[in-house]
Amino acid sequence: MIEINNLSKNFARLKVLNNVSLSCNQGECIALIGPNGCGKTTLIKSILGMVIPTEGTIKFKDTFITNNFEYRNHIGYMPQIGRYPDNMSIGQILDMIKELRKSDIPIDEDLFHQFKLKDILNKKMRTLSGGTTQKVSATLAFLFNPDVLILDEPTAGLDPLASEILKEKIIAEKKKGKLILITSHLLSELDDLVTQIIFMQDGNVQFHKTVDELKSSTGEEKISKAIAHILKNNTHE
Amino acid sequence: MNRIGKFIVLDILKNKIVLVYTLILAILSWSVFSLEDNSTKGLLTLLNVILLTVPLVSVIFSTIYIYNSSEFIELLLSQPIRRSKIWFSLFFGLSISLLLAFFIGAGIPILFYAPSDVGIMMLLVGIFITVVFVAIAFLSSIATRDKAKGIGIAILLWMFFALLFDGVVLFLIFQFADYPIEKIMVGITALNPIDLARILILLHLDVSAMMGYTGAIFKNFFGNQVGIIAAFTILLLWVAVPFLISLRKFRKKDL
Repeated sequence: MIEINNLSKNFARLKVLNNVSLSCNQGECIALIGPNGCGKTTLIKSILGMVIPTEGTIKFKDTFITNNFEYRNHIGYMPQIGRYPDNMSIGQILDMIKELRKSDIPIDEDLFHQFKLKDILNKKMRTLSGGTTQKVSATLAFLFNPDVLILDEPTAGLDPLASEILKEKIIAEKKKGKLILITSHLLSELDDLVTQIIFMQDGNVQFHKTVDELKSSTGEEKISKAIAHILKNNTHE
Repeated sequence: MNRIGKFIVLDILKNKIVLVYTLILAILSWSVFSLEDNSTKGLLTLLNVILLTVPLVSVIFSTIYIYNSSEFIELLLSQPIRRSKIWFSLFFGLSISLLLAFFIGAGIPILFYAPSDVGIMMLLVGIFITVVFVAIAFLSSIATRDKAKGIGIAILLWMFFALLFDGVVLFLIFQFADYPIEKIMVGITALNPIDLARILILLHLDVSAMMGYTGAIFKNFFGNQVGIIAAFTILLLWVAVPFLISLRKFRKKDL
């Protein structure tokens, strides 16, 4: 579904992505992990067309995404730090996006109800706490029933209750056969979610394996321990 | 108009600065016309006021507004919307709101007191100057990510066009007074939209006789239909070129 070929991105002299090639298919739930500043968000933003790659190509459903925008109809994106116009209320933001999309697809307001956003519909975005902003971002990402969900640190800043709601929603969407890309530092949270792991370091993809492969090759039961195992072996080498 | 443009216009019209701008233009225009018994004199006074305030407000308000829309732009970019459409909508939204302010503030009194061809010309010039400086604002706000720097560039550009340029031109005239530079002066005028606008109006006010030989050359060039069309084409270029450069940059910008 998403094919990334030899993608490189430089910010001035800093090389953020270095020849990244990946392929993600429908029905997969992929965790994108790696230390801070390894290029996860840049990779995601390249897929969304928010960052223009220096080299390389990205294909979405067999069409190149350069100078294309329609493909974003099929992507729900939840940013790491959602930035919204300060003086708009939650309700106005949701209404605006709905009006701009004008799609025939039935909208999915599950999260809207579960996060009880209705009670704070008139609150201005600037007055919201980080967690509430994340709730709005999550609601927007799932709103149009997209085929692909890209979630950048979805549970960071959410309270345990909200993060549980979100996790259940992700699992439900995964069961519908959607492609889900998650970045996260909370490896323990990924255990019951993901089927594949992409590990990045310094702009390179270190490995792209299924969770089962990873567990059997390391002999560990938990993703967090398996990753720790690999990291330890890497430093020993 | 598209839906994004509608959101932007509604957002700007809610902004109190635009209301105050409209009010100030209205107070200036009505008082200038009611103080002068001669509408030509009134137009002349108003011309100087408009050529100073309209570019200033247009360029600074637009620059700040574009910087403050960065969140809005980011939100829209993750939606299936073409990049150029976002930039165009922002441009049309800003232009339309500022034009509305100009028309209500200055346009109505001009049409009321001076419904002549000079009045119409004044209105057209005001419209063009507004849009030109909105376009320049787009250029200065895409030039740098730093808001303070961007606003600084906008102010400097306004100072250059509104204040400094005349000084440079005067200097040139004195330095090269012995040479036949009148025709070149027409060309140099095209480099400043504010000067171009001023000359267009002055020529229609029949005060060009006071401008000497250079004035006669101007009259010869800008007085006829071809000259006026040329002047407005240049003003149109002053809108298109800065905006298209900014659009090109925006399409390649990383957000």
